[in-house]
Amino acid sequence: MANESTSQSLLKRHAKIERNATLLLVLAFVVVTIGGIVEIAPLFYLQNTIEKVAGVRPYSPLELLGRQIYVREGCYVCHSQMIRPMRDEVERYGHYSLAAESMYDRPFQWGSKRTGPDLARVGGRYSDEWHADHMEDPRALVPESVMPAYPWLAETKLDFKYVADHLRANRVLGVPYSDEMVAMAVTDIHAQVDPDHEEAEALLERYPGAQQRNFDGRDKITELDAMIAYMQMLGTLVDFSTYDAQANAR
Amino acid sequence: MVTGLKLSIYGLIAIFAAMAANWGHDLAYRVNALVVLAAAAIAFWWTMTREARPADGPTDGPGASGYMDDVVRAGVIATVIWGIVGFAAGTYIAFQLAFPVLNWDLPWTSFGRLRPLHTSAVIFAFGGNALICTSFYIVQRTCAARLWGGNLAWYVFWGYQLVIVLAATSYVLGGSESKEYAEPAWHIDLLLTVVWVGYLAVFMGTLIRRKEPHIYVANWFFLSFIVTVAMLHVVRNASVPVSIWGSTSYSAFAGVQDALTQWWYGHNAVGFFLTAGFLGMMYYFVPKQCERPVYSYRLSIIHFWALIFLYIWAGPHHLHYTALPDWAQTLGMVFSIILWMPSWGGMINGLMTLQGAWDKLRTDPVLRMLVVSVGFYGMATFEGPMMSIKAVNSLSHYTDWTIGHVHSGALGWNGMITFGALYFLVPRLWGAARLYSLSLVSWHFWLATIGIVLYAASMWVTGIMEGLMWRETDAHGFLVNSFADTVAAKMPMYVVRALGGVLYITGALIMVWNLWQTAKGRVRGSEAPAAVAAE
Repeated sequence: MANESTSQSLLKRHAKIERNATLLLVLAFVVVTIGGIVEIAPLFYLQNTIEKVAGVRPYSPLELLGRQIYVREGCYVCHSQMIRPMRDEVERYGHYSLAAESMYDRPFQWGSKRTGPDLARVGGRYSDEWHADHMEDPRALVPESVMPAYPWLAETKLDFKYVADHLRANRVLGVPYSDEMVAMAVTDIHAQVDPDHEEAEALLERYPGAQQRNFDGRDKITELDAMIAYMQMLGTLVDFSTYDAQANAR
Repeated sequence: MVTGLKLSIYGLIAIFAAMAANWGHDLAYRVNALVVLAAAAIAFWWTMTREARPADGPTDGPGASGYMDDVVRAGVIATVIWGIVGFAAGTYIAFQLAFPVLNWDLPWTSFGRLRPLHTSAVIFAFGGNALICTSFYIVQRTCAARLWGGNLAWYVFWGYQLVIVLAATSYVLGGSESKEYAEPAWHIDLLLTVVWVGYLAVFMGTLIRRKEPHIYVANWFFLSFIVTVAMLHVVRNASVPVSIWGSTSYSAFAGVQDALTQWWYGHNAVGFFLTAGFLGMMYYFVPKQCERPVYSYRLSIIHFWALIFLYIWAGPHHLHYTALPDWAQTLGMVFSIILWMPSWGGMINGLMTLQGAWDKLRTDPVLRMLVVSVGFYGMATFEGPMMSIKAVNSLSHYTDWTIGHVHSGALGWNGMITFGALYFLVPRLWGAARLYSLSLVSWHFWLATIGIVLYAASMWVTGIMEGLMWRETDAHGFLVNSFADTVAAKMPMYVVRALGGVLYITGALIMVWNLWQTAKGRVRGSEAPAAVAAE
């Protein structure tokens, strides 16, 4: 009965742990740390998770505040931002999502549920007017929709007094916002909703590919401006006609 | 001296909160500051008048049992209240998905803000209070020792309630961080960290001063739950606030790293909060209620170490086919499937504890509740590994199937075992000879069970249906269904799901009545004389 005696001695050894609360605490803690370290740590240095892809840039101040509204309203509970490489998803939503496309997303908004459609490449799919009307009353445009209406976005003036602090907080975490970008943050918001603004071209240099127009069609700069600016840039930064998928095969 | 120190700390907190209320950048933060101000003022008043009050009597002195049970009683009440709040919020948002007019076009009642309120209320408020109060009850009994740290347990209790109130008000007013199951803003995260360290101290202190030579198996699970949740919480919420006067912060991790940190956290909130902690409850209440020892001591050792080691690896199965590297996805899948074994080991250990006492299932509805909860645990821990297989997940991911899976675990396992524990605890803690009514327990049992069946079945139907509809192509290779088609197709099942929720909360309300009457020492008329089988 060799088996019997080994397991007996194992039990005896385990009794040591059962009699010592500190030992139990330490061992349990060590055991639960292993999996996370093995899985998460490599993501910070593996090439295909930290590669840079041409076109991906930090959010412009207006887009960043639009994203904060997306976060505040909890849009992620119904909308994903992660297109999987399956045929139907690529047909429906566009090119599968790259890791690099969310490299400035803090927190990430890939989501876990599609009560509504994926939004990773919603940019440019609908007009600004469509978005404005849809936020006002989703069922006026999509009768089957179960999305809540967000009429207050159009009525609420965008609060961007502290937008430079948003850029600074990101910079602490390594997002490459330059001193100039931080200094011009408030101006850049004005410049993005007004193509005739004197800083309009400078904005484009700071944030290549940023779209400039009065997004909500209203005089004031509203939360809806920021929201639509964010919606319209989602998934548009990478030019997939020149993107080489083989270069970063997973 | 100590009172003076306490008063000055409360005073400083109040002053800081007043400044925060004045200078706060956003509404959620300012309202949070006002809540903290009120809490500090109450604590100040309480400490000051306490000096003046003659001895408080036995409220925090050793009670008749020598155990510190006041805080457990408070925890039982909090569990029941938050349970009803969480179930009500869930039922309401279920109706919102069927009838979107219920969003009322208002920010505070929109689905995106109420859904985190629902998940946090049931997981962290209902589940968390259940864990804290049962662990305090169990650790004292199994260690034959009073809770360590004197009033520290009360700080843990009230601090935890404060965290819940702050988080709930913050979500509704727009303070969510949109990290799934970790939505509270950074300042609430900091408070929770302090409270949680206090919880660990009380629990460890009590273990260390125990009079029993061995630490009972339930306490292994509680201890690993407390320490792992501390680790998960601190790492997942690492962030840089925009200002100390505002709710907004930016996560320390971005994109794919943030995604895996999220699901390492999120999956182990399930694994340790909703599994390890609740297994601690199972290992105490099931043997107690059926008056049999745990089936296998050896199995509990294997169960414990295997479960806590394996769970941590399973997170990546939430990120199948995403931009996460394939090796990490596969690793997550493999460990998720292996995890089936210790999960069922635990289920077997719980169910087989009834060996020789199966007949009690006929007469004791409380035991029936506990056993069914273990059964649901077994089903959910089979379904989970199955859904983690990449081929299955390609269909089930992003669909309602996931929601159904979570609820068969949460309503079936966590809910039912908590109800069983409450039915066990209330007569004992309030000194009643028996429960007010066993037949009401049966009513609760059947309403909850049928509610869960409606919920899970309707979500299987909608989940698999929408998964298939999304990928359906015609003979020419074009997609057949627009997204809106799939939404419309789900409508009837959304109504069924909401009705399942109504049944579940109705059962819980019957429980509230039953426990209330029990605490008052009453016995339901028709059951008074002879029905003593369960005692």
